[in-house]
Amino acid sequence: MAIRVSLLLLVFLSSAVVSFSLYEDQVGLMDWHQRYIGKVKHAVFHTQKAGRKRVIVSTEENVVASLDLRHGEIFWRHVLGTNDAIDGVDIALGKYVITLSSQGSTLRAWNLPDGQMVWETSLHSAQSSKSLLSVPINLKVDKDYPILVFGGGYLHAVSAIDGEVLWKKDFTAEGFEVQRVLQPPESSIIYVLGFLHSSEAVVYQIDSKTGEVVAQKSMVFPGGFSGAISSVSSDKVVVLDSTRSILVTIGFLDGDINFQKTPISDLVENSGNAEILSPLLSNMLAVKVNKRTIFVRVGGEGKLEVVDSLSDETAMSDSLPVADDQVAFASAHHEGSKIQLMVKLVDDLDTVLLRESIEMDQHRGHVDKVFINNYIKTDRSNGFRALIVMEDHSLLLLQQGAIVWSREEGLASVTDVTTAELPVEKDGVSVAKVEHTLVDWLKGHMLKLKGSLLLASPEDVAAIQEMRMKSSGRSKLTRDHNGFRKLFIALTRAGKLFALHTGDGRIVWSMLLNSPTKSEACERPSGINLYQWQVPHHHAMDENPSVLVVGRCGSDSSAPGVLSFVDVYTGKEISSSDIGHSVVRVMPLPFTDSTEQRLHLIADTEGHIHLYPKTSEALSIFQREFQNVYWYTVEGDDGIIRGQGMKSSCAGETADEYCFTTKELWTVVFPSESEKIISTLTRKPNEVVHTQAKVSTDQDLLYKYVSRNLLFVATVSPKGAGEIGSVTPEESALVVYLIDTITGRILHRLSHQGCQGPVHAVFSENWVVYHYFNLRAHKHEVTVVEIYDQSRAENKNVWKLVLGKHNLTAPISSYSRPEMFTKSQSYFFAQSVKTIAVTSTAKGITSKQLLIGTIGDQILALDKRFVDPRRTLNPSQAEKEEGIIPLTDSLPIIPQSYITHSLKVEGLRGIVTAPAKLESTTHVFAYGVDLFYTRLAPSKTYDSLTDDFSYALLLITIVALVAAIYITWVVSEKKELSEKWR
Amino acid sequence: MAPILRSTSLVALLVFQISLFLFTSTLPISSGSEDSYTITGRVRIPASTAIGHAAKFSNIKVVLNGGQNITFLRPDGYFTFHKVTAGTHLIEVYALGFFFSPVRVDVSARHHGKVQATLTETRRSLTELVLEPLRADQYYELREPFNVMAILKSPMGLMVGFMVVVVFLMPKLMENIDPEEMKRTQEELRNQGVPSLSSLLPASR
Repeated sequence: MAIRVSLLLLVFLSSAVVSFSLYEDQVGLMDWHQRYIGKVKHAVFHTQKAGRKRVIVSTEENVVASLDLRHGEIFWRHVLGTNDAIDGVDIALGKYVITLSSQGSTLRAWNLPDGQMVWETSLHSAQSSKSLLSVPINLKVDKDYPILVFGGGYLHAVSAIDGEVLWKKDFTAEGFEVQRVLQPPESSIIYVLGFLHSSEAVVYQIDSKTGEVVAQKSMVFPGGFSGAISSVSSDKVVVLDSTRSILVTIGFLDGDINFQKTPISDLVENSGNAEILSPLLSNMLAVKVNKRTIFVRVGGEGKLEVVDSLSDETAMSDSLPVADDQVAFASAHHEGSKIQLMVKLVDDLDTVLLRESIEMDQHRGHVDKVFINNYIKTDRSNGFRALIVMEDHSLLLLQQGAIVWSREEGLASVTDVTTAELPVEKDGVSVAKVEHTLVDWLKGHMLKLKGSLLLASPEDVAAIQEMRMKSSGRSKLTRDHNGFRKLFIALTRAGKLFALHTGDGRIVWSMLLNSPTKSEACERPSGINLYQWQVPHHHAMDENPSVLVVGRCGSDSSAPGVLSFVDVYTGKEISSSDIGHSVVRVMPLPFTDSTEQRLHLIADTEGHIHLYPKTSEALSIFQREFQNVYWYTVEGDDGIIRGQGMKSSCAGETADEYCFTTKELWTVVFPSESEKIISTLTRKPNEVVHTQAKVSTDQDLLYKYVSRNLLFVATVSPKGAGEIGSVTPEESALVVYLIDTITGRILHRLSHQGCQGPVHAVFSENWVVYHYFNLRAHKHEVTVVEIYDQSRAENKNVWKLVLGKHNLTAPISSYSRPEMFTKSQSYFFAQSVKTIAVTSTAKGITSKQLLIGTIGDQILALDKRFVDPRRTLNPSQAEKEEGIIPLTDSLPIIPQSYITHSLKVEGLRGIVTAPAKLESTTHVFAYGVDLFYTRLAPSKTYDSLTDDFSYALLLITIVALVAAIYITWVVSEKKELSEKWR
Repeated sequence: MAPILRSTSLVALLVFQISLFLFTSTLPISSGSEDSYTITGRVRIPASTAIGHAAKFSNIKVVLNGGQNITFLRPDGYFTFHKVTAGTHLIEVYALGFFFSPVRVDVSARHHGKVQATLTETRRSLTELVLEPLRADQYYELREPFNVMAILKSPMGLMVGFMVVVVFLMPKLMENIDPEEMKRTQEELRNQGVPSLSSLLPASR
């Protein structure tokens, strides 16, 4: 108890110092930052000139980036808005990167060397259609060929120099779909090919100077067209008919359209449905049929013949012109643990220009995309480099049979994160080994002392920095005393698990999820969520913890689920199972069995609940608590929240004894004409609350209403559900509710008139903080609601306690009607917010900080004391001593309290906090396109010495004191002697 | 390296001139068709605050309505939002090292997309949509320069200070006492024998 009191005292003392702050030389000591771009969609090489060789890529995370071709580093990158998906990327005039985005309505040019945006053009669009970007290959530099953009039903010609729209042509006629825009080289005629009502081919010939239609031809094809189209040359395209069994070659030479039908059964025996693959190959097309990829050459008269066939999992590049009017393409496929990369000539598939086999980590899956580029070797032959995108989204550059560099781009799409402990240190490795010898240790501290006294030379400063970076084995793979070394397990959209070390951010292991049954329907399950499955307690040192990965076969929510159990120490899959039902919701229960496996309930789409692990022991534990399991479902579209309880085993319907039926206990229906649910939130189930009581300044006690069964719901008027600027203040209102999930009681309702979403909220202990937009003030606002228990408020009287008339020992039931009251306060906040989190510590003693991820992709640490409803304009002396800050109308944004300091977590999506063993410290992990990790001490490190602590100064002081004592002793001896002689 | 640099600056200059030419014609800060308008504005970072920060326009983002649209700056600092509906909107500028006030922008349908802008932090209305940072942000604490007082004030400094006082000043104090007085007290002490606690208390006298 005494320790607790002193700790509390310390917290109060240390909390006098507000805000997180960092010195510039401390960057990288506790934090790390990794920059990613995401899964590459398009890649354009820029290697013509001498100097820097680069590749321009656009990705599924809406990033356009320039990468160093030699090392894979990012020269520059831009993350576009979330609804600004990139449709195409190319290089124009040899100096601009052109990107087409937002369904073909925004065209931007970026300066190639430094990524500065040069111009931006908004293109007119009337309807959604496919978007095509065609940048002419500039043969004559002095002549400006326009960039042709098709999107939104319009064809635009845009000048590459300044982005000016030269002309536009309307193709929005009903039922007309533009499929290809072709411009034969050295020609001033543009061919626009489209289908009218999927049955009539129409070809427009357009003058590239003026945009005038020179000629128009159309021809009806009785069978109808379907799907993808492949352009094989400047005057021919090949398309499938609507039955997907006949290839139709459409020739439109000189404006005359002709069709030529070739049934696929003529080309391949026993053909099923065919699919045209996207690569652009000249005079050839790739068709996927019968799980094989066949190459079909298109002859001069539209005659088709099969020239080659490859296995299904082969990735192909577009064709690339090599010397002497020859065109080559690359294909890559797996053979065992190796990748076979082949570059062949299109005209002559027997000529293999390059055949390489490269050893590849099997956890990268198969090859997804290939981009090739050629260069002239010293012996004047052609060399090839290939950029490949793997199934796990990683990006690799292959050259001369080796992986030159690789980037783990899967980490740009993290979907869920959990933490795990590292193994305990085994005997034999002692701390002394890290610190070498006493002399080195002293030397290091002398250097530090010099640094802190600002006497260090630049070399010394560099040495200090290096020493700090390497110090104290922060990247060791064992558990440490303070709990600073941990693993963050991240699940990515590609279905790959990564274990990241908190010390330096390196990948300790990675694992691609596999389908348990290897069935054809579910080749690669997509991961949904991660749960801690087995966390051995402190004394079970020899057992490895494991995580549960819940996955799904397909994107549909009714698709069958897959469970996978992964050992955290080794990264090996322990087991995996096909569970045979869908996964709607996973609920970890607060019970574990004798092997410390946590019980989980999984709800499926049919309203059944399934218990895992499927053991009789788990079943008996669950049977005991059967009546006490409640949960809720939110139907956002209908505005209904339902409370559910367990009913019985579904033995009547199936023989599965781990399956249960549910019953509906309560429903909360929001009026659909005035309220729409936009956000729901509960407390983190594993949060630790240190104390239930809060002492206020006048020696009064407030009891926190700490319940795990509270649900925060925010609703807005349906009109206000859109973006800012779409409603007037009178039309929109924001209402927040606190609902008890056991009884369905609405405990609190708060209405904000003239406000709208999006709402970002955080729920911790007995308070909710949420961020929304106030339309009247036209500013963002943050509101805090704190919930206190009224029923125990009378327990303050000591006599009642003595006489036993208190109700502290009365059983607390979740069914009883809680008497509670709330306090709330609102403040302005000057930034838009993407996500909010709160720090969490081991015992919950340390004061909390809100971690606000702003739309500028920075993370601001804001002390909870700034969002305290007890703040008043003029706090009394006692309140000031308690640490209550005078009320201001807006929350301060202190630049030093950005925990990301001068970095940005581009595309920020989520912030995860986890406690360290040391009470003062918390781990913070932020993910988005980038990853960022740091360690925070919201109330400073009151329970340990900081890294900056100068042991040398302490030693010197002690030595000086001892020396002084000795000297004075000697002096006094002498003096006494001389005194006696006198 | 040098030729590349020169060429980029040349390109920038060229583009600047072109866009200057373009924008002089469209400087009335909004234009557009019936229901969708265009907001054009400019971000200006004063040269005096830009020193010390890598104030590169290429890393600045302009955000409309909390993420509905994101655009970037041209080399001359101009930005444009296309296809904006009439109504009240919010524009925020995010640049590392600077803090910009969000701007309330009213696009009027009656006046063909006339734009009125107000800084929401200072409630100052702008005649032109030229956005300047409210302040430059310093993300790091500055190291205090070497300071004798700071060291003396630290616990160890106080310890050393007390030592010094005891070692060097106490003997001086002893010297100042009159030797006869000293003798008398010593004798008194001897006569009393072992000094009891009560004799030390002033109340017993």
